[in-house]
Amino acid sequence: MQWEIVIGLEIHAQLSTQSKIFSGASTAYGAQPNTQACAVDIALPGVLPVLNYGAVERAIKFGLAIGAKINSPSIFARKNYFYPDLPKGYQISQFELPIVQGGSVKIQVGDSEKIVRLTRAHLEEDAGKSLHEEFHGMSGIDLNRAGTPLLEIVSEPDMRSSAEAVAYAKALHTLVRWTGICDGNMQEGSFRCDANVSVRPRGTETFGTRCEIKNLNSFRFLEKAIDFEARRQIEILEDGGSITQETRLYDASRDETRTMRSKEEAHDYRYFPDPDLLPLEISREWIEQVRAMLPELPEARRHRYIQDFGLTVYDASVLTAAREIADYFENTVKQLPTQAKLCANWIMGEVSGRLNKENIEITQCPVGPKQLAELLMRVSDGTISGKSAKDVFDSMWQGEHSGNADAIIAAKGLKQISDDGEIEKLIDQVLAAHPQQVADYHGGKEKAFNSLVGQVMKATKGKANPGQVNMILKKKLLE
Amino acid sequence: MLNASLKQLATQLLQRKISSVELTKEFLKHIKTLNQELNAFITLNEEMSLAQAQAADNMIAAGEAHPLTGIPVAQKDIFCAKEWLTTCGSKMLSNFISPYDATVIERFNQVGAVNIGKTNMDEFAMGSSNETSYYGPVKNPWDSLAVPGGSSGGSACAIAARMAPAATGTDTGGSIRQPAALCGISGIKPTYGLVSRYGMIAFASSLDQAGPMAKSAEDLALLLNVMAGFDTRDSTSIQREPEDYAHDLEKPLGQLRIGLPREYFAKGMSNDVASAVEAAIAEYRKLGATIVEISLPNARLSIPVYYVLAPAEASSNLSRFDGVRYGYRAEQYTDLEDMYKKTRAQGFGAEVKRRILIGTYVLSHGYYDAYYLQAQKLRRLIANDFTDAFKQCDVIMGPTTPAVAFNLGEKSSDPIQMYLSDIYTSAANLAGLPAMSIPVGFGDKNRPVGLHIIGNYFREAQMLNITHRYQQVTDWHLRVPAGLLEV
Repeated sequence: MQWEIVIGLEIHAQLSTQSKIFSGASTAYGAQPNTQACAVDIALPGVLPVLNYGAVERAIKFGLAIGAKINSPSIFARKNYFYPDLPKGYQISQFELPIVQGGSVKIQVGDSEKIVRLTRAHLEEDAGKSLHEEFHGMSGIDLNRAGTPLLEIVSEPDMRSSAEAVAYAKALHTLVRWTGICDGNMQEGSFRCDANVSVRPRGTETFGTRCEIKNLNSFRFLEKAIDFEARRQIEILEDGGSITQETRLYDASRDETRTMRSKEEAHDYRYFPDPDLLPLEISREWIEQVRAMLPELPEARRHRYIQDFGLTVYDASVLTAAREIADYFENTVKQLPTQAKLCANWIMGEVSGRLNKENIEITQCPVGPKQLAELLMRVSDGTISGKSAKDVFDSMWQGEHSGNADAIIAAKGLKQISDDGEIEKLIDQVLAAHPQQVADYHGGKEKAFNSLVGQVMKATKGKANPGQVNMILKKKLLE
Repeated sequence: MLNASLKQLATQLLQRKISSVELTKEFLKHIKTLNQELNAFITLNEEMSLAQAQAADNMIAAGEAHPLTGIPVAQKDIFCAKEWLTTCGSKMLSNFISPYDATVIERFNQVGAVNIGKTNMDEFAMGSSNETSYYGPVKNPWDSLAVPGGSSGGSACAIAARMAPAATGTDTGGSIRQPAALCGISGIKPTYGLVSRYGMIAFASSLDQAGPMAKSAEDLALLLNVMAGFDTRDSTSIQREPEDYAHDLEKPLGQLRIGLPREYFAKGMSNDVASAVEAAIAEYRKLGATIVEISLPNARLSIPVYYVLAPAEASSNLSRFDGVRYGYRAEQYTDLEDMYKKTRAQGFGAEVKRRILIGTYVLSHGYYDAYYLQAQKLRRLIANDFTDAFKQCDVIMGPTTPAVAFNLGEKSSDPIQMYLSDIYTSAANLAGLPAMSIPVGFGDKNRPVGLHIIGNYFREAQMLNITHRYQQVTDWHLRVPAGLLEV
C-alpha cells in the first residue's frame, strides 16, 4: 500500500521583548538561576499579571506578515496543571480567542511551491526549568525563564513529508527573524517545534490517528523524528495494528521517538478566561501602525529578485533566507545594477563560504557591500580576472589597504593585460620559442593549444585576459 | 479616645493633644485586654506599629499630616504587608512573612497611618462566620455565643469592640457587609476596580474587592479616600479621576429615590430584621426620600451562580499553594505527587478543600459549558436587572442578612445554610456594584441588624452621603457592646 504522511507543526517562538510578558523582569538568557524572577514570576500570594504590549505588538506583526486576521478582542485563559516549574499552577495562554487567526506561508520544496495554512498563533508565557542533575535526591527550580513571552504558531495539517515540514519550519524561522519578533536561536530554545504526525493510505480523505512529538530543537531532528515516527506508524498499520493517540518524545541520541504520555494520561487543563486580565482589544489604528513598521517581506523580495534581477528561484530563495543577507545583496547590487547575477554568485559563494569558515554573521563581514561592489566592478570591466578577484577579496578581508579593491589590485599588480598589441607581441615570442608545439597543433593535437595558452599566461604572470589570449592565439596559428 | 471618630482623632493628633505613639499604645493595650477572648487579631507587632506611629508623629511635627496620619488601622490578614506574617487565615501560609506591600498597605503607609495588627478571617476569605480560620473563630463582641460573620470577621469585631478605629476588609460575596451587619458597624464594598487588588491574596479575582470598615459612614469616606485609586499593577483597576468621598457627606438628600426590591421583602427575612430595616426606611422617608418598588427577578440566582464562579476561580487561584516555593510543606512525602497531595491535604482546611473540589469540577472537561459558561450568562442577567432598576431609583435598600448573627457552630456542619448568609449581598459582587452595610438597630437576643445599600457604579460618594445623613439623625453606629469600654 502507498502511504501518505500528514504533518502539522506547533512552533513556539520566544518573542524578543526585553522584559517578560506579565512582569517587568528581564528576559536575558543565561543569568544565574532565579536572579531574573520577580514577585510576579515566582507567584507570591497576591501578585497580578500586567500585559507587556511589546509582546502584543510582535504578535500583531507576525499576524500581518502571514496575512492573518488579528482578533479583537482576544482572550487570555488559564491552563491549569501542577508542575514545580509552573509557579502559579496555571499557565496564562490563549484558548478560545487567540490574537492571530488564519494566514498562510509559502514554502519551496525542490522546484515546487506550496502554501501551508496556519490555524492560529497565540500569546502565552513560558514555564521555568527543573534542574535534576546538580542536586542529590532533589530537584532544583530555575524560574528565570518563567513568564518569558512566547508566540505559539499552529499550522493546519498541510504538510506531506518531512522535507515539507522542514521547509515550513525554516520559512517561519526566516520570517520571525526577518520581522525581528524572535531571535530564532534554537540552541537557547527561542524557536522550538512540536510535530503532529499521522499516516493514511494515499488517496483517502480522513486523517489517521496522530501522535505529537515534543521538543524538536533543530531542523535536522525535526526531519529525523518525523521520518522515524512515520515509519513506526506505517509498520504498526501494515502489521494490522492501530495507532494510539499519544504524546511522544524524540530521543536524538538513539534516533527514535518514545511514549511520553498517552491520551488517558492527558491533562484536563480546565481552561477558563483569566479574570486578572481584561479582554485584549486591538484598535484599527494600532494594526495600521504596526503594518507601516513591517519591512518588505522575504516572499516579496524573492519575487522582485526574480522579476527585476533575473535571478533563478533558487538564488532568490538563498538570498532571502535572512534579511541581513538580502540587505547585503541589495546594497551590493545598488552599486552594480547590471551585474546582479555576478553579485549573487559572489555572495552565495565566496562571501558566505568565508563567513561560514570564520563562523561569523554577515552583519560582521569585514568586506562591506560597497567594497564588494568595487571589487566586482573590476571583474565586470575586465580589469582583473575572476581568479585574481579571489586573491583581492582575501586581501580585503584581511583589511589590507583599508580594504580598498583598486589599491590592492595596483599594489599586487593584478591588472590584466587587455591591450591587443601587447598580447600579440607576447604570443609571437611564445610561438617563436616553441616550434614543436606549433607543429603538434598543426598536426591535430588539440592539447598543444592549451599548452601554448599556458605558456602565454606564464609569460604574463597570469595577467593576460584569457579570453583575449585564446582568440588571438587561434588567429595567429591559422595565419 | 477609643470611641472617637477618625475626624476627632485627627484633630487631637494635629493639636498635639495626643501623639500617635500614645494613641497606638492605647489601642494596643485595649487589644491585649480583649483579644484573648475575641480573637480578632492573628498578628500583633508592637515594635513595628510603634515605629510607624513614631514616624507619623514626625510627619505631624513637620507639618506634613494627612487626615489619617498617626491613626491606627487594623489590616485584614489577606493583605500582604512587608515583614509582617501574612497568613490569610490558613495553615498553608502560617509561616509566610511577606517580602512586599499590597497596594492598599502601601497607600496607608504613604499617608502615615499605623498598621495596628493583622485581623483574623475565614481561611482564604471562604466563610461567613470566621469559623474556618486556622487561627480559631472570632467572637461577636455583642454576644460571645454569636459569630461575628465573615470572612472579614476579625476586622468587624475589632471595630465593634473598639480595638481599632478603622480596619480594612475584602468582599467577594459579602465578606465586608455581612460581618459589618452582624457586628453593628459600617462597611463598604466599592465598585469593582476602584481599589487595587495587588497584594490582596486572591480568592475569586472577578469578584474580590477591598473596602474599609469603621464605625460610621464619615469614617468610611476618609478611609476610602486613601484606599481608592488606579494602580498599574492591577489590570482590572479602573483609571478615573480621583474623588473626595467626604466632599458630599453633608449634602441634603434632595429627591433621593430608594428602590426596594420586591423579591428581598417577600420572604426569607426574619421578623426582627424586617422591623429594623423598615424602621430605617421610615427614617429615610422622614429625611425626604421617596420609596420605589423595584424588581430584581434574577437575584434569586445569585447564590447558585456565585457558588459556581467563585469556586472555579478559587480552584485556580489557590493552585500556587503547592509547597514548592513558600508556605507550608508536608514534612514527609515519597515523591512529587505525594508532596503535593499531603501539603494541600494538610495545609488547607475543609471549607477551602470543598471549594477547590467544586471549582475543579465545574471547570472540568464536559462540565464547563453546563456550569461555568451557564453561570457566566446568568451573571450578565443579574447585572442587567440592576441596570434596569437604576433607571427607576438612585439606590437600592434591603437587609444585609436574612437574620441576625447565628451561634458559633450553628451552621458549620451545613454549608448550604452557611452559603445562604450571602443571599442579599453576593449579587452586588456579581454585578461589580458598590454596596454597603450600616447598623440600623437590634434584633433577637439584642444582636445587631444591618441595612444593605446598593448604589450604581462609582456612586460611593452618594452612598456615603445618604448613610452619613442617616447617622446624623440616629445613633445605632455609636452603640458599643456593654462592658467593653469600662475605663
